[in-house]
Amino acid sequence: MSVADHIPRLADRAEQRMWFERIPTRWWVVGLILLFLPVVANNFWLFQVMGWTFILGMIGLSLMFLAGYGGMVSLLQMSIAGMAGYMVAILGPSGVLNVSLGLSWWIVLPAAFLIAALFATIAGALAVRTEGIYTIMITLAIAAAFFYFTRQNYSVFNGYSGFNLVLPPQLFGVNWRDPVAFYYLTLASATLCYFAVVYIERSPFGLALQGVRDNPRRMAALGFHVTAHRVAAYALASIFASAGGILLVWQNAQIAPGTIGISSAIDILVVAVVGGMRRPLGPFIGAFIYVLLQVFSADILGFFGFSVDRFKLIIGIGFLAIVLFSPDGVLGLWDRWRAQLAARNAATTGDGA
Amino acid sequence: MNAPVAPSRMNLPGSSHAASGNALELRGISKTFGALAAISDVTLSVKPGERRAVLGSNGAGKTTLFNCITGDFLPTAGLIRFFGEDVTVFPPYERIRRGLRRTYQISSLFSGLSVLDNVYLACRGVSRNRFSLIRPRADDALVNAAEMLVEAVHLTGEKDRLVGELAYGQQRQLEIALALSGAPRFVLFDEPAAGLSPTERRDLIHILTSLPSHIGYIIIEHDMDVALRVVESVTMMHNGRIFKEGRPEEIEDDPEVQELYLGGGHG
Repeated sequence: MSVADHIPRLADRAEQRMWFERIPTRWWVVGLILLFLPVVANNFWLFQVMGWTFILGMIGLSLMFLAGYGGMVSLLQMSIAGMAGYMVAILGPSGVLNVSLGLSWWIVLPAAFLIAALFATIAGALAVRTEGIYTIMITLAIAAAFFYFTRQNYSVFNGYSGFNLVLPPQLFGVNWRDPVAFYYLTLASATLCYFAVVYIERSPFGLALQGVRDNPRRMAALGFHVTAHRVAAYALASIFASAGGILLVWQNAQIAPGTIGISSAIDILVVAVVGGMRRPLGPFIGAFIYVLLQVFSADILGFFGFSVDRFKLIIGIGFLAIVLFSPDGVLGLWDRWRAQLAARNAATTGDGA
Repeated sequence: MNAPVAPSRMNLPGSSHAASGNALELRGISKTFGALAAISDVTLSVKPGERRAVLGSNGAGKTTLFNCITGDFLPTAGLIRFFGEDVTVFPPYERIRRGLRRTYQISSLFSGLSVLDNVYLACRGVSRNRFSLIRPRADDALVNAAEMLVEAVHLTGEKDRLVGELAYGQQRQLEIALALSGAPRFVLFDEPAAGLSPTERRDLIHILTSLPSHIGYIIIEHDMDVALRVVESVTMMHNGRIFKEGRPEEIEDDPEVQELYLGGGHG
C-alpha cells in the first residue's frame, strides 16, 4: 500500500465530489428549517427563543473551543461576552448620556472585539498556568471580580443600573431589533462562528490545541510553546464570546452587572455541558434546551402549582441527569443512539463483519 | 578501559569555547529531588553522529538524565551544551527547535488524534506557522513529510485511526516517528524496545541502524541484544553516577559490569 493511495485526511479528503454532496441530508433539513423559520414562527419564537439560543450558543461555543479542544474549562466566557457588550454600550450611544461616548458603529464594534480580546488574553495568561479545578477557580475569581467591579464603578460601567437603550445601528436602513431581522442577524453570526470553529479544528493551530489538551508535556517536546498556544486560544475564543455578548446587549437593549453575574457564568458552563463539549454543535443544542426550559418552564411549573422561581431547579436536575448519564452531553446520547441503531441494522442484515 | 570522555578544555569551567565540536556535552550535571540525588556530577560528551547506549539498573538515573537534557527538569547543577550552544536553562521547545528529539519510556502520544495528525503535529512543531489558522492542503510539504514518516515506521495502514486505539507495539513505533520529525540532529531514545515482540524488535533495530549517519543518538535500553547492536559506545550508570564507559564489546565482557548489571537479574 503506497502513500499515494491515500488522500491526506488533513486536507479535503473528498475533493473528487462537489463540496455540497458531502453534506449529510439531515444538515440540509436543519439548514432549510432555520432559513425559512420566519415563514411559520411568530415574533416571540424568532426573537426570544431562537435569537437567545444563538447568542447563548455562541458564548457556549467559545467555552467549547477552550474546553473541548484545549482542555481548559473557563468560567470567564460570559465575562468576556459582557466586556464586549459593555464596550458597545460605553463607546456607542445609549440612554446613559453622561457616560456613553456615542461613537459611530464602525469604531465601536472593532474596539469592543479588541478590548474583549485583550481582557481574555490577560485573564487567559493568568489562568493557563493552572490545571483542572484551579483553572475553574481562577476564571471564576476573575469573573466575580469583574462582576463586582462593574457594579461598583460608576464612572465607566455606570454601576448597578448599567446602560439602557443600547440599540444596534440602523445599517442598510434595517431595524436590526425587528424580530425577523434580528433572527437572521443572530443566525448568520452563529453560523459564521460555528463554521469558523469547525474549520479551525483541522488547522495547525487547532490540531496543536488538541495536542496540548491530550499531552502538554509532549507538545513541548515537539517544539511547541504550550503556554503561548493556550493564551492564544483564549484570545481566539473571545471572538465568539464577544459576538454573542454584543448581540445579547442589542437583544435586551441594555446591559447591567446582572447580565454577567456568577449565575450567568455558570449557565454558560451548563449550556456547553448539556449540549456536549466535544463538538461545536453541542453548545447550540445545549442553548436551545436551556432557553426552552427557561421560557416554558414557568407555564409547566405554574400548572403544577410551583413557584416560577423553581425554573433553576428544573435546569439543575436536567444538568445532573446529563452529567450522570452522558458526560459528553446530549450530542453524546445522540451518537450512542446512532451507533446502536447502526449495530442493530448491521446485525439484522447480516453484514456486521 | 575507562575511555576518557573529557576533552582538554573540560577543565576550564566558564570558558567560552562555544564550538566544542560535540553534538551534546554535559558537564557536572546533578539533579536532586529533595534529599534524593537522582544523578550526581554526570559529565559526558557525544560527537555528532555518534550512537551511544546508556545502561544501568532501574533507578540509576538514566531517564532523569534524559529529562535534564531535554529540559523537562532543570539540572540542580552543571552545564548542557547542544552543538556548542549553552542550552542549560532553555525551555524544552527551544531545544527541540534546535534539532534535539526524544522518545518516552511510557508512550506519550495524543490519544484523541489520528496517527497522521500525531506525526503532522511533530513536523509542525519544528517548523514555522505553528499558530496558523489555515488548513494545510493535500499537497502541503509537512503533510507529505508526515506521510513519509508514517510509512517509515510501517503504520501507513493505520494512519487515520485514533492513536488511543492502536496496539502497544504500534504506539511504540509511532513514538519513534514523532522523534524523527523535521530535521533531527540528535535523538534520545528512552527504552524504545520495551514491550515489543521479537519481530518488532528486529524492525526497531532496522530503523535505528538505517538512520542517516549524521543523526546521533543516545539510547536507554534494557535489552542488551538491541542496545549493543545499534551503538558504537556505551556509558554505564550506577546510582546516578557514570560508572564505566567503553565500546559495546568491552562493556559486555567487563566483569564488574556483569556483576552489577547483567547479573542483576533483569527479566
